[in-house]
Amino acid sequence: MTAIYRRELNSYFKGLTGYVFAAFMLLFIGIYCAIINLKSGYAAFEYALSNASFIYIIIVPILTMRSVAEERRQRTDQLLYALPMGMSKIVAGKYLAMLTALALPLAVTAVYPLALSGFGAVNYGAAYGSLLAFFLLGAALCSIGLFISSLTESQAVAAGVCVAVMLLNYFISGLSAYLSSSAAGSAIALGIAVLLAAVVIRLLTKNGTFALGVGLLLELLLAGAYVLFRDSFSGLFPSIIKQLSVFDRFETFTNGVFDLRGIVYMATVCFVFVFFTVQALEKKRYD
Amino acid sequence: MIEVSGLTKRYGNRTAIEDLSFTIEKGHIYGFLGPNGAGKSTTMNIMTGCLAATEGEVKIGGYDIFEQAEKAKRLIGYLPEQPPVYQDMTPDEYLLFVARAKGLSRAGAAAELARVKSLAGIEDVSKRLIKNLSKGYRQRVGIAQALLGGPEVIILDEPTVGLDPRQITETRALIKSLGREHTVILSSHILSEVQAVCDEIMIISKGRLAAVDTPDNLERLLAGSVTLELVVRAGSEEAFAAVSGIDGVESVRAEELGGGLVRLTVAAAEGRDPAEEVFFAFCDLRRPILKMNPVRASLEDVFIELTRDAQNGAAGADAEKEETGNDGDIQA
Repeated sequence: MTAIYRRELNSYFKGLTGYVFAAFMLLFIGIYCAIINLKSGYAAFEYALSNASFIYIIIVPILTMRSVAEERRQRTDQLLYALPMGMSKIVAGKYLAMLTALALPLAVTAVYPLALSGFGAVNYGAAYGSLLAFFLLGAALCSIGLFISSLTESQAVAAGVCVAVMLLNYFISGLSAYLSSSAAGSAIALGIAVLLAAVVIRLLTKNGTFALGVGLLLELLLAGAYVLFRDSFSGLFPSIIKQLSVFDRFETFTNGVFDLRGIVYMATVCFVFVFFTVQALEKKRYD
Repeated sequence: MIEVSGLTKRYGNRTAIEDLSFTIEKGHIYGFLGPNGAGKSTTMNIMTGCLAATEGEVKIGGYDIFEQAEKAKRLIGYLPEQPPVYQDMTPDEYLLFVARAKGLSRAGAAAELARVKSLAGIEDVSKRLIKNLSKGYRQRVGIAQALLGGPEVIILDEPTVGLDPRQITETRALIKSLGREHTVILSSHILSEVQAVCDEIMIISKGRLAAVDTPDNLERLLAGSVTLELVVRAGSEEAFAAVSGIDGVESVRAEELGGGLVRLTVAAAEGRDPAEEVFFAFCDLRRPILKMNPVRASLEDVFIELTRDAQNGAAGADAEKEETGNDGDIQA
């Protein structure tokens, strides 16, 4: 695993990727820090982070688009498959290198609250809690980017899809307000979601009967639940959609709340998508 | 060393290899021979754990390549069809990475690097970026990578493709020398290469094993009888009469060449070689033999014979994985 980790980290900083990533991150955190903390004379670093979080939409794809797609294109994935090392270790090595590239510029920004403390009252708990959450947010988004990269041979496709997913994730909690909150509307939307899930299962497993079975079972359960607990369906779909936003979880921290559930949520996203990446690579053997 | 049993691989409803079974003994050089698209690469990818089989199993040194993947893969060095090299690294960096990923210690890796670089002959390019190296050198870096850690089995998929003639000779010599300590499996669609290097040839055709034997035995397989071609200074009827009476001659064809010469094609009976009798027959007549040439069925004939079905039948159907059709890929 360390061998993979070293190679990945080296490749980030031998080319431009690592530097571009760090530069964008520092530039935008710096701009908001200058506007909110310096110009307005307000020593809450967490607000700068809150405003700068959108930068992930652009820089996460920069960091993640190559990671697996490029191995496929160069056919170096065959080397990885032939190594006497489990696929989970290989992916873990890649992911940890990503996290290191993410942590380096953030380590620089860790000095900012200290610098600000000379000019005003800094709430260290809120500032460093937000910084930790900001890192976890990046880690969660990177795991999603890593997974997207493992689905294609083309860096460009990986980058495009990744930007789209990041954008959706960023705006989804705002958009959810426009969704129908009636009980029937929620039930119909969930029914469609189940249908989509069944289609995805069919595409991934190439097993029509299994997908149909799972889809039917879920639709029946849904219909049953709707008949029995009709009231709890009102507003259900928008609130589920809202829960999907990783950015939303981070915002809680910038309001000075150290939300343990948020930490668990983001760590779970990291774990799940790294796991999906391992599965995507393992599945490639069966194609 | 390697046991392959009942290996089948299907891509959708296309069968790439079907019910392939064979055993690889320690310390030999094996050659997978077959037209493009016959399933050579697929077989090698499955044997090295890069691809899952639809059915069947592969055991390397007693370890199942899927159940006990790490132990099995430790015994294998693999060079895929396209050398799996990172363009943005130098051979030194790349080989160090592979050595460490294969679990070698830092000190062990340094010694191994020196060893494989000299074996593969890449010492003088080891500080250049791989993307700036020629195809031949990239291939050698790929070979060096397969040798790292001294695995017992070395599997090379088309190791000489893209090399110049001198490099081909060197690579073949390298493979021969590797065969003294390792078990080597290579694939090729070049007959002379397999013939020159391998102890055992496995002919794969349409995803099935058509034949497994030594090069000599395979030649004998179809050789059966000998045919002599000779040019004699004699009249055609006289020559025909002289030869057709000899015991062991099955048929004779005579053809006037003009200038008092005749060309005879003498087919011998099964298991007979009447060359000496033919010689003395013309001696007695005081008719000089200007040329006498035994014609044997070559390995090429064996190959074409064994893979004939594939040539006629499934061109295109089998071609997807290794690309290109089946015409014109047999080079002698």
